[in-house]
Amino acid sequence: MNKTVNQKAWFFVIPVFVLVAFNAIIPLMTVVNYAFQETFGNNQFMWEGTRWFKQILVSERFHAALGRQVLFTLIILVIQIPLGIFIALNMPKEGIGVPICLVLMSMPLLIPWNVVGAMWNIFALPDIGFLGHSLNAMGFDYNFTQQSGDAWFTTILMDVWHWTSLVVLLSYAGLRSIQPAYYQAAEIDGATRWAVFRHIELPKMKKVLTIAILLRFMDSFMIYTEPFVLTGGGPGNATAFLSIDLVKMALGQFDLGPAAAMSLIYFFIVLTVCWVFYNLMMRNESKS
Amino acid sequence: MSKITLQDLSHSYLQSQNKDEDWAIRNVNIDWQDGGAYALLGPSGCGKTTLLNIISGLINPTKGKILFNNVDITKKNPVERNIAQIFQFPVIYDTMTVFENLAFPLRNRQIPEDEINNKVNEIAEMLELTSTLNNRASGLTADGKQKISLGRGLARSDVNVIMFDEPLTVIDPHLKWILRSKLKELHQKIKRTMIYVTHDQTEALTFADQVVVMHDGQIVQTGTPVELFEKPKHTFVGHFIGSPGMNILSCQINNGSVAINGTRIETSNSKIGISNFSKIELGIRPEFISFDKKGLPVKILNVSNTGKNKIIETESDGGKIKLIIKAGEKVPEGSAFLTFKKDYTYVYGDDWIVEK
Repeated sequence: MNKTVNQKAWFFVIPVFVLVAFNAIIPLMTVVNYAFQETFGNNQFMWEGTRWFKQILVSERFHAALGRQVLFTLIILVIQIPLGIFIALNMPKEGIGVPICLVLMSMPLLIPWNVVGAMWNIFALPDIGFLGHSLNAMGFDYNFTQQSGDAWFTTILMDVWHWTSLVVLLSYAGLRSIQPAYYQAAEIDGATRWAVFRHIELPKMKKVLTIAILLRFMDSFMIYTEPFVLTGGGPGNATAFLSIDLVKMALGQFDLGPAAAMSLIYFFIVLTVCWVFYNLMMRNESKS
Repeated sequence: MSKITLQDLSHSYLQSQNKDEDWAIRNVNIDWQDGGAYALLGPSGCGKTTLLNIISGLINPTKGKILFNNVDITKKNPVERNIAQIFQFPVIYDTMTVFENLAFPLRNRQIPEDEINNKVNEIAEMLELTSTLNNRASGLTADGKQKISLGRGLARSDVNVIMFDEPLTVIDPHLKWILRSKLKELHQKIKRTMIYVTHDQTEALTFADQVVVMHDGQIVQTGTPVELFEKPKHTFVGHFIGSPGMNILSCQINNGSVAINGTRIETSNSKIGISNFSKIELGIRPEFISFDKKGLPVKILNVSNTGKNKIIETESDGGKIKLIIKAGEKVPEGSAFLTFKKDYTYVYGDDWIVEK
């Protein structure tokens, strides 16, 4: 086919370019700007090269925050993905139960993040919160504002409550798209329940699960609002995940240079992990 | 390997059944002989797949019994029934290789690994899958995948019956023909009972020794392709099989003989007592009608040439009549007379052939 050359077509690209420039490129470039320079206000900048990056990469504070972040995300994924699949497998497939379950499942997803944090904060208060009070009444020494183990437990429980539904809904959609003939064939082939899951359901859910894992990885790795409202990163720095630590550094201490460098490193980690993971999962797809 | 008997089988997907239409399957009684090649033919929604799923045990019938070799297995599950079923869309296990796919039903039954090896290689040989045995099954084309589905059915040597539910739907036309001959060849080789569900009369007639025609949840006729063609027991069989289908004409009974607006028509079954039907019709296939000097007066409406034959559409007092003549024959202009071959002309009372 002969393509007509018409450079005016670039005009069609301009709106998108402007939009992306304003919501992504320009803010990002500001961050890049701070990451390589030192400023004392008055719009005076001094070139610092890679100093902030070197400083962040060897900083124990950053290592600790990153360690907490990785641990948190791993725990979240290990709980939410299997739990989400399990719930999806057990959800009703027809009848009035379907819309009821879907609405119930969507509910946590619709609540604003700071409200989730506030809700759980009150819910978990050791003296008046239902969860906190009940746990103490049962004889557990529970206080999420003072004991870091309890703070972790509460944060994780809150995130599981908030986000497992997403995995459930995606898995459920994946499961529903499986033709009944697959189950019938497996039944005739004498497959066990586990074999049906392993060889039919799991492979058919692969794409939605990839998306689910990616979304849950990104969101939990960048989590800010809920732990900020719930624990404020405490007690001490126990639940100061990367974002919380970043905001402390940028807005609390006003160390804009190191904070910008940390942002970029943070961004780079998320991007790399997503890219590697997605390519690993989709490696075999292109072949078929 | 066994004889399959369906006794007074009825099935409904509804909780309560008040009228005939509530039943997906109505009063089916049939014997499938051991080693036969059967086709289950009928339009979409006539209950073919339901019947198949009842035989395989995926559906429990509302009423009636299923016997394998005269043993009641109505309550048994698909595994206990030991049957194989091939579905409309190829079902393969994506994560497994072709070999693992074929071995899957055998491994589930704890068959020794060396026996599985032999069996799978034998099946792969038969289906020409040997070269792809170690490939991932998900990479195959639709017909390759359907061959795997078929192979899983054939892998177990002791299955009672192999059932096909419109297995060639997603296959390209030129491959359809190849796979169909392959099935026929396999049947001759392994002599197992096969039931082939289809809505395509060509597929049914080429595959099967016995064709079972279903209509509205009932079996209307079982017979060889020739029987279905020459003596349809139900008007549905008449117009479903054949192209164009049987002409069904309205007629009257005068003194025990059949007539269309005063023109007497000789039929092969009019001597048998005709009584108490709300609807009496005459059936004659286009192939058994010819032009004559006298007979049933008709107007010629339309002539279409199929190359070898001409299909002529005419209008009579009993309704439209189609007939087929050789391409070389002359077609009269305007109006003409038709005669019917008596041996292939039947009287139908309430859609069923009138018999003693």
